[in-house]
Amino acid sequence: MKPRKFGLSSSVDAAPGRSPRQAIPFLLPALVVLAALVLYPLVFSLIRSFFDASGDEFVGLRNYVDTFTDQRTLTAFRNNVIWVVVAPAAVTGIGLVLAVLTERIKWATAFRLVLFMPMAISLFASGIIFRLVYEEEPDQGVVNAALVGVHDLFSPSSAYPKARPRDGYTPTDAGYVATAPSRAGDTIMVPLVGFPPQDVPAQALPASQPTSGNGELRGLVWLDVSVGGKAGKVDPIERGLPGIQLEAVRDGKVVARTTTGDDGRFTFPDLASDEVVVRLPESNFALPFRGLTWLGPSLITPVIISSWIWIMTGFAITFIAAGLSAIPRDALEAARVDGATEWQVFRRVTIPLLSPVLLVVFVTLVINVLKIFELVFVIAPGSVQSEANVLALQMWQVSFGTGGDQGAGSALAVILFLLVAPAMLFNIRRFRRERS
Amino acid sequence: MTLVAEEVRIEVPVSGAPKRGVVSRLVSRLGNGFVQLLLALVALFWLVPVFGLLIASLRDESANTASGWWTVFTKPSELTLDNYADLVANQAVWQSFLNTFYIAVPATVLVVVMASLASYALSWIEFPGRETLTVVVVGLLVMPIQVALIPVAKLFGTFGLFGTITGVVLFHVAFGLPFAIFLLRNFFTGIPRDLIEAARMDGATEWVIFKRVVLPVAKPAIASLTIFQFLWVWNDMLVALVFADQDSAPITVALRAQLRQFGTNIDLLATGAFLSMIVPLAVFLVFQKYFVQGVLAGSTK
Repeated sequence: MKPRKFGLSSSVDAAPGRSPRQAIPFLLPALVVLAALVLYPLVFSLIRSFFDASGDEFVGLRNYVDTFTDQRTLTAFRNNVIWVVVAPAAVTGIGLVLAVLTERIKWATAFRLVLFMPMAISLFASGIIFRLVYEEEPDQGVVNAALVGVHDLFSPSSAYPKARPRDGYTPTDAGYVATAPSRAGDTIMVPLVGFPPQDVPAQALPASQPTSGNGELRGLVWLDVSVGGKAGKVDPIERGLPGIQLEAVRDGKVVARTTTGDDGRFTFPDLASDEVVVRLPESNFALPFRGLTWLGPSLITPVIISSWIWIMTGFAITFIAAGLSAIPRDALEAARVDGATEWQVFRRVTIPLLSPVLLVVFVTLVINVLKIFELVFVIAPGSVQSEANVLALQMWQVSFGTGGDQGAGSALAVILFLLVAPAMLFNIRRFRRERS
Repeated sequence: MTLVAEEVRIEVPVSGAPKRGVVSRLVSRLGNGFVQLLLALVALFWLVPVFGLLIASLRDESANTASGWWTVFTKPSELTLDNYADLVANQAVWQSFLNTFYIAVPATVLVVVMASLASYALSWIEFPGRETLTVVVVGLLVMPIQVALIPVAKLFGTFGLFGTITGVVLFHVAFGLPFAIFLLRNFFTGIPRDLIEAARMDGATEWVIFKRVVLPVAKPAIASLTIFQFLWVWNDMLVALVFADQDSAPITVALRAQLRQFGTNIDLLATGAFLSMIVPLAVFLVFQKYFVQGVLAGSTK
């Protein structure tokens, strides 16, 4: 017999492995750490949540009352509800569809590998990735770049955003309307300002005085912004603005349209002799479409959820695919032989057989969602963090960030614990069932 | 799919082996082509964000602010490793990169060792309360770390561990243990009873059985656990945010200060984020099988 290294067993006739004392050295390190850093803190947090910020005064349930009346925390609650309702169901659904589809391709392993990859990197890095994806500036964020590209394909942006006539025109919803009427034979000068000269189209020619006559309404649109030039006068280096649209309005109706040439001159031919009002439509000066403010207060939560979907879908696919491969092929074949369509097989056979797996995936995702922290912390810019707030982040903010109130922080921690408690019971019940 | 059409076709007398109908084959092929295309697009969708970050990390600041990373296809000459050189030369960032190792390696080793020992006792040594203890461990699987942040911060303060790498490591060990024990216990209990009993008959001590019988058999499970735990700790931000100070901060926390000026320092953030991703991506690609198994088992965390 070899000497026993752990000679704690004094009873000679107890078979090895039957002696409880032999378990002690094996269990001790883990138990000490768990007791000191998990179980004791749980109790401590519970007690601490009944004391005020300094920890000296017992305040009963006040921290909890404050928590449920504090606007920031309520926003965090609301967001957590949105997260729980939307995100796990979305990922489970997408995961199910993709898992079923991957059964039909030969490169399923490679596909799953690609989608699983985000699980390997940190939520911090994923946050940076999506901060860049959704960056508002279309020259940096790929989503807005794509949106602008598609938008401009269908409605090209205006040539002179923010430009405006110097004077003599009233801004209206339809555009700039001349304050004075004009008629055929007149010559009107339209000096524009508020536009950078370097952005004038390259084909623009120097502005030149339009010649009057011929019974036509003629005029000039030019950029009246040269240094040292005279306001409202055409100076030598000033250029005409090509491509500006003008409308002649009579009694509220547009009777003629025209567009300036490369030197900025325009002509309304064939106007009757009655007075008209010249109008520069808004479309000349509309601001270009710059995409959406993804990281602003209204879209921030959907944006963060989308990044979470990107991270977790691979997990759902892999988990569900494992469940799919465990479904007996006979059941599927039997249904097919009975004449069921693929959709019916999916609805009536696959999903019911898969439902235990789907439930586990769903519960797992809900737990994950309740603890969401880093993604919100990284993706939401400081100014909208209160809009995107979630409980785990609020707990950190209150206890260690700007708040510094560990009583309220403990209350939030306990609430978070209570929210995952059902999942704890779910796990324990599942564990017990699997053992028996 | 067109199963009915197939059956009809089969009844039509044809020479040779029964074939699938032309229509059926066409639909099936088109359907399959559609699925292939769809999944290819999905995969592309998953890769583009990472690719964008990589390219952004390879362009200098002026290029990143002037135009999107996708313009690199027309201007490949903009690619440069300067950002990485700058980052590595940055003492604080480089130190935080090393700190990430100093935190992740011990936190992984300790968890694997402690959990193997405890799992052995929970699987193969009978003692009163074993069942209860196992259930407690299962319950702790989903414990939110938030419940421990404030108390442990206080505790570490008392023992001078607050703001140290040791403190961060200990916290990770504590919250890594439940899953680690759960995973290994599941594996250990699957070891054939005869193997253990035979060793006991030979008079082997529990320690010897653990070392010579159980550990060699459990290598795959231990590999999964090691990789999962290492990446878990490597990727952490919250624990280090609370317990680490400036000198002991891992890379995620060190880069956090740069977030305020996201638009103007994409070059630095993208490079830092990618630097922090290199290790996990390498581990993932090399040990994907073990990692996927670990994640599937540890998903409840």
